Amino acid sequence: MNSLFLRTEKRVILRKTLRLFSLTFLALSGVYVQAQQEEVSSTALLNMPIGVSTISHEIYNLHMLIFWICVVIGVGVFGAMLWAMYFHRKSIGHEAENWHEHLGVELVWTIVPIFILVAMAWPATKTLIDLYDTSDAEIDIRVTGMQWKWQYEYLGEGVQYLSELSTSLDEIYNIEPKGEFYLQEVNNHLVIPVDTKVRFLLTGADVIHSFWVPDFAIKKDAIPGYITETWVEVTQTGVYRGECTELCGQGHAFMPVVVNVVEKDEYQFWLAEKKQEALDIAALTQVTFTMEELVERGEEAYLRSCAACHQANGQGIPPAFPALAGSAIVTGPVEAHLEIGVNGVAGTVMQAFGPLLSELDLAAILTYQRNAWGNDMGDVVQPIDVYNYIQAQ
Amino acid sequence: MAHGPAKGITRWLFTTNHKDIGTLYLWFSFAMFILGGFFAMVIRAELFEPGMQLVRPEFFNQMTTMHGLVMVFGAIMPSFVGLANWMIPLMIGAPDMALPRMNNLSFWILPPAFLMLASTLFMEGGGPNFGWTFYAPLSTTYAPDSVNFFIFAIHIMGASSIMGSINIVATVLNMRAPGMTMMKMPLFVWTWLITAFLLIAVMPVLAGAVTMMLMDINFGTAFFDAAGGGDPVLFQHIFWFFGHPEVYIIILPAFGVISEIIPTFSRKPLFGYASMVYATSAIAFLSFIVWAHHMFLVGIPISGQLYFMYATMLIAVPTGVKVFNWVSTMFRGSISYETPMLFAIAFIVLFTLGGFTGLMLSIAPSDVQYHDTYFVVAHFHYVMVAGAVFSMSAAVYYWLPKWSGRMYSEAMGKLHFWVSFIGFNITFFPQHFLGLAGMPRRYADYALQFADWNMVSSIGAFIYGASQILFLYNVVATIVAGKKVSEPKTWDGANGLEWTLPTPPPYHTFTTPPDLRDLHDHQLTDDQMEEHPGSATH
Amino acid sequence: MSSEAEYYVPEQSKMPILMAASLGLAAYGGGHWMITGEGWICLLGIAAIAVMMYAWFSTVIDENIRGLPNAQLKRSYVWGMSWFIFSEVMFFAAFFGALFYLRNIAMPWLGGEGVGVNNPVLLWNGFEAEWPLLHTPDQALNGEDARFIGAHESLAFPGWSNLLHWLPLWNTIVLISSSFTVHIAHHALKHGDNRKKFNLWLGITVALGVLFLILQVAEYYEAYTHYGLKLTSGIYGTTFFMLTGFHGVHVTMGTLMLGIQLVRSYKGQFTSDDHFGFEMASWYWHFVDVVWVMLFFFVYIL
Ligand code: HEA
Ligand code: HEA
Ligand code: HEC
Ligand code: CUA
Ligand SMILES: [Cu+2]
Repeated sequence: MNSLFLRTEKRVILRKTLRLFSLTFLALSGVYVQAQQEEVSSTALLNMPIGVSTISHEIYNLHMLIFWICVVIGVGVFGAMLWAMYFHRKSIGHEAENWHEHLGVELVWTIVPIFILVAMAWPATKTLIDLYDTSDAEIDIRVTGMQWKWQYEYLGEGVQYLSELSTSLDEIYNIEPKGEFYLQEVNNHLVIPVDTKVRFLLTGADVIHSFWVPDFAIKKDAIPGYITETWVEVTQTGVYRGECTELCGQGHAFMPVVVNVVEKDEYQFWLAEKKQEALDIAALTQVTFTMEELVERGEEAYLRSCAACHQANGQGIPPAFPALAGSAIVTGPVEAHLEIGVNGVAGTVMQAFGPLLSELDLAAILTYQRNAWGNDMGDVVQPIDVYNYIQAQ
Repeated sequence: MAHGPAKGITRWLFTTNHKDIGTLYLWFSFAMFILGGFFAMVIRAELFEPGMQLVRPEFFNQMTTMHGLVMVFGAIMPSFVGLANWMIPLMIGAPDMALPRMNNLSFWILPPAFLMLASTLFMEGGGPNFGWTFYAPLSTTYAPDSVNFFIFAIHIMGASSIMGSINIVATVLNMRAPGMTMMKMPLFVWTWLITAFLLIAVMPVLAGAVTMMLMDINFGTAFFDAAGGGDPVLFQHIFWFFGHPEVYIIILPAFGVISEIIPTFSRKPLFGYASMVYATSAIAFLSFIVWAHHMFLVGIPISGQLYFMYATMLIAVPTGVKVFNWVSTMFRGSISYETPMLFAIAFIVLFTLGGFTGLMLSIAPSDVQYHDTYFVVAHFHYVMVAGAVFSMSAAVYYWLPKWSGRMYSEAMGKLHFWVSFIGFNITFFPQHFLGLAGMPRRYADYALQFADWNMVSSIGAFIYGASQILFLYNVVATIVAGKKVSEPKTWDGANGLEWTLPTPPPYHTFTTPPDLRDLHDHQLTDDQMEEHPGSATH
Repeated sequence: MSSEAEYYVPEQSKMPILMAASLGLAAYGGGHWMITGEGWICLLGIAAIAVMMYAWFSTVIDENIRGLPNAQLKRSYVWGMSWFIFSEVMFFAAFFGALFYLRNIAMPWLGGEGVGVNNPVLLWNGFEAEWPLLHTPDQALNGEDARFIGAHESLAFPGWSNLLHWLPLWNTIVLISSSFTVHIAHHALKHGDNRKKFNLWLGITVALGVLFLILQVAEYYEAYTHYGLKLTSGIYGTTFFMLTGFHGVHVTMGTLMLGIQLVRSYKGQFTSDDHFGFEMASWYWHFVDVVWVMLFFFVYIL
């Protein structure tokens, strides 16, 4: 092998490694500077967002500290290595020296890293303690992850609703162009006031989910049968987008979190409105609707709540998800249909929708199912039927 | 007594020869690497652009799961067992493995297990779709029927690993030639001894975990069901008690390989041999007490959180010792850059980068932002692909001439290296950015702001995947048509018992034990390297 | 350190591949059984495994009688068995770990201790954490409709007056005695070459093993019928039956192993300095015994 060839080789390694480093370096410091200047809160594309909550700044700084320590160590280690790779080559006639043991250096490079680690552990411990301090929250929100949506319940306020993906299947399957907030938009946002300590009590209804809003630097698993908690105090109003981060089945990528952070009085206003809305819907339980009204409302609600599994065309994805078009249950007696709609099928992903949807929505969905895709049953399920069915249990 | 291999297929089916079994393991693991790589290509192709193009989300999850399982249990672990089978007897002067028939058994139960696992993809309801970490209750109450086959496949893989490890431990403890004391063993043997211990300790725990799943799914027990007083998080504790040592099971033999190659091409003994042994043991010990760093977000009390954070961070110390020792071995050496050395150097650099991101992950409060994002995916591919897979490539180029008696083409080897190195970094470096910017892992589809880096990553993955064709070509071309070599030592700087044997070594080596009582260090002296070539056969 | 002049180089063998096929069949059959409820493939596989084990051990014994293995190979067998037992220890460790975690961490959390303050309030209204767990969270919430209905009564220490009726105590006595009897047998063989005494005490050990199993079956029967304690009674039933059941399986295997050694002894295969098979079986037996003592302590008493 001629030495010229080998020599270029080493340069290549050198150049590549250096370039790799400088690129990262540049990229990350670029974002850092930019972020410092503009206080960007949207997802920066190379680095962690600095975020808009008290804890997110702390975590961001910690992250950068550890990062830079690693960079410095890396420069030292790889520098020494590159030195050897260049100057201690056989091709330039360097002879191996008899140097393969040295207690002193072994001790140094065992002990010094320990001190470095202590220097990292100290701020990390402080941040962790802050992260765990859920005391004195002004608002408690129970967040339930379920396949594949979130339910938010404002504890003690009687306000509770579902938040589901509103990106259309056509966008996902590339039939329509994708909107700006593709996969990051939902029908009902979570709403919280600014500058207020909010505590989230998380749980899962079926499998484990995980609730993440990067700009808030909060992420916590939602575990079925257990409550976990986390908190946030956001310092800037705006709309923030997050996602579910624990594999929870096929809809894992399709259950985003969207949070509106609003001024405190706006929040109060919204809450009052929400309460009124709940009352209004409850009142509608007594009203008798026409088939057209129900089918229209039902189609919309079906696409939101059921189509993820049973598909928009009612064909399902057998064998995992049965077709509803022509299904014996959907085209059979209303009782059996109500039973599944309200109570689900235990031990399967077909959940009990009774507690999740309003009587009106459930009635509309059932009516829609009974009259769509060639299931021409011609009958209607009224909200009061659903109400009575639930009460009878 | 000494006779050659049997003819035909029965040679492979009935063999008790450590070289044959090693070869079987190596080819099997390569086949699994291609299969797992194929799954990875499906993943990367689907993620090339936002939107669902190739597969349905449900199938995507099956791909992710099978990719992880096949790579970890099918490609990496068996490949190092194959290496152990080939090299350990040659390195310690043993005629064969201690329990040769069990050795055959531990290999041959693998193909049926993986056949069964792979066939679940074609079953009604699909294959396992709950990630390679198979958290309950997604893997119990909500799993497809095929989970039962998955459970039994895991049982068999566990049995295989345990038997293989028992064999390695017995070989190392009992079959060393006279004079080959523990502190004179090559580092590869040491790392495998410790790895085997880890395996025997944690594979049964994994078996326990899947047994509990089996009971919960089919017999109404409540291990992972809060309604009966159980806890889904219990599953995670048990899994990670296995899973964390598992990642060191993957990397320790790789450390061993690197510790053989770096001295050879630096023409200088390994720096700090004894401290390498202690560091390996320390890593193994620590690996048992850090498992919950994978569970920083399940709601562990703060005291537990702090403990697991500190313990995890400590692993950087012994690992650092290893990295420093490798660099010092190169320092003041006389370095040349053949293909194995290139892979070994790339290993040191990229593994250390992966180690740094590991250290970042171990910081519990920042893990809030990293956990379950592509940052983690980048971390573990840096340690597992640029770690384990690169070291395996290095090992193959390093020992292939010894195994086959033929030399590979250096130019082709270097081509493979450079395409791999560049392809690898294009694939996985951008994943750090993706993760930090907020892209969760195991996502079949993603928001628009992640599109650019995903495309880059996918292109890199195709390049890296293509480089594996070069690898396959190089190995086959060498075996079939490589230049014949016959001198015992392929590499002038090589040092160790295996390099005193004829090339290729006879079917049965060391039918009588070589006498190594005058070996005064873990390295043979030049005289000893000359003296021993005949000790192989007689 | 080995000092043998010649190494033992093994021959090819058909046994491993047949064993691998049997294991594969049993595993495939197992999956098939769970899904379809048809067990015959699995049972066929298990039968094949049994046949292969028989063939394999016969071969090893036969080789031993012909004096093929050298001292080094025998040491390898010893290492093999020791590490196998260690792997079994870790297998039990997983189940003991589960018991410990469920009892001391998960259950109190569900009941509202420490970080779990909100569990009984928001999820399991009225659940109280108390071991043994007789009233499951499921029952607290759903009453009669619960999937997990706890036992009426626990199997823990019933008080001094009922001591004599407490089966676990008898089982403990039986199993601990069997450890002594097997030791006496070993001693008789090793230090006196007294084959008669050996057979007698080994026979007693095997009988004690069988007695233990009978008592355990009786206990399970009692648990199901009188205590309402079932595999499905929440974590109390889960941990109780899984731990004792796995142990029971090990006792069965150990009893079989010792029984085979008894047969071998009658065939005159043991001498005072070569009775490797028996020694391994007795190690296994001591291991099984120690596990029981732990079980007795953690499952029944604490
Ligand atoms: C070969 C496999 C391998 C190896 C060797 C490692 C090594 C390490 N890993 Fe990694 N890890 C994985 C495979 C591996 N990991 C896998 C597969 C996962 C994901 C599993 C899943 O969820 O699917 C994972 C996930 C994972 C997590 C969980 C992340 C999450 O899900 O949120 C954490 C957290 O602590 C972690 C930490 C570490 C640490 C601290 C090391 C350390 O051992 C690294 C030590 C090395 C160095 C630090 C570099 C060299 C040292 C020096 C040069 C000395 C000086 C340095 C300092 C003082 C800083 N890893
Ligand atoms: C040692 C183990 C190992 C190895 C070697 C690899 C190798 C690769 N992995 Fe790995 N990966 C894991 C272990 C491993 N992975 C694990 C444990 C997970 C987590 C799973 C989970 O979340 O449960 C994971 C997850 C994972 C993800 C995240 C999936 C998700 O979260 O949804 C991705 C995405 O890019 C990925 C990509 C790749 C790629 C591109 C390679 C490449 O290196 C593969 C290259 C190899 C080949 C391509 C095959 C050989 C070549 C040919 C057959 C030639 C023909 C091919 C072409 C011409 C293209 N892997
Ligand atoms: C998370 C996936 C999922 C969602 C969302 C879902 N279903 Fe289902 N559904 C299932 C599954 C799975 C089954 C089959 C259950 C079984 O095994 O019997 C099913 C079965 C049914 C059946 C019985 C069909 C038959 O022929 O057996 C009806 C009716 C039904 N669902 C109605 C609904 C309604 C109404 C909604 C929305 C309000 C809905 N489903 C939402 C998964 C889902
Ligand atoms: Cu819910 Cu992922
Ligand atoms: Cu780990």
